[in-house]
Amino acid sequence: MNWHVSVYVTLKPSVMDPQGATVQRALNQMGYKGVSGVRMGKFTELEFEGGLPEAEVRRQADEICDKLLANPNIESYRFTVEKK
Amino acid sequence: MKFSITVFPGSNCDHDCEYVLREVMGQPVEMIWHKDTDLKKPDCVLIPGGFSYGDYLRTGAIARFSPVMKSVADFAAKGGLVIGVCNGFQILCEAGLLPGALLRNKGLKFICQNVYVRVEQTDTPFTNACRPGQVLKIPIAHGEGNYFIDADGLKKLKDNRQIVARYCDEKGGLTADSNPNGSLDSIAGICNEKRNVFGMMPHPDRSGETILGSQDGKFIWKSILNSLAVKA
Repeated sequence: MNWHVSVYVTLKPSVMDPQGATVQRALNQMGYKGVSGVRMGKFTELEFEGGLPEAEVRRQADEICDKLLANPNIESYRFTVEKK
Repeated sequence: MKFSITVFPGSNCDHDCEYVLREVMGQPVEMIWHKDTDLKKPDCVLIPGGFSYGDYLRTGAIARFSPVMKSVADFAAKGGLVIGVCNGFQILCEAGLLPGALLRNKGLKFICQNVYVRVEQTDTPFTNACRPGQVLKIPIAHGEGNYFIDADGLKKLKDNRQIVARYCDEKGGLTADSNPNGSLDSIAGICNEKRNVFGMMPHPDRSGETILGSQDGKFIWKSILNSLAVKA
């Protein structure tokens, strides 16, 4: 069984996101007045091969996010796991 | 006093650091490749500025897993002096040797200019040659220098007097204009609770001689030499 993991990393709500604020201003200026908030984040795809059970893939993905893909000081993460 | 400078792929201030320590301050220096684990018995470890691993993922996020960082953490745990400048500060935060994180500058731009910083704490091995409140002119060169820590963390920094340097104007005043990157509380440099690990975004390695526009960076190097002389 191979697995495809999609990881979403976003800044915590308490953390200022100047990039998101700039994109929001641009969207508002473009006429999208209804856009009241923009938060930028990161999207990462992980491929797992070698027949690991789903629970183990989830455990490893969680560890990977915690150790490297997200900085728990400023970011939170979530991920989805799909069969390939 | 021997300094060991760590070198990561993408470090680009390692030679500035080597130059100021060897040529200006007259100290022996070892360059330590990031894959080495032997720090060569330093009195102080210096993590230089640059763009380790191309700043991929987050600044300093990948460098912290280089083999040399385990040795740096062990050295710091035993009370060894560790200073990180710019990308070095970012790496120390990612490694958990200093609290908080460095975010994208508020204005989103890379800023390369001289700034003023006010020395808030002088009872550290990195600032003991300064007067309390002394204003230093030191350049910054970064895109991610916007210091952030949560409210509890900030309170701890204040309670333990870990905020060592803050961005200010020429006279030492703290204004919105004197904070170049949006750092929380105008924080430019902090130390750990034990005061033996220090990180700062401004570059004392680029301000050691008048010809460079300022030699205020020497106060940092002199402080380190002072504290090592006391220890020896």
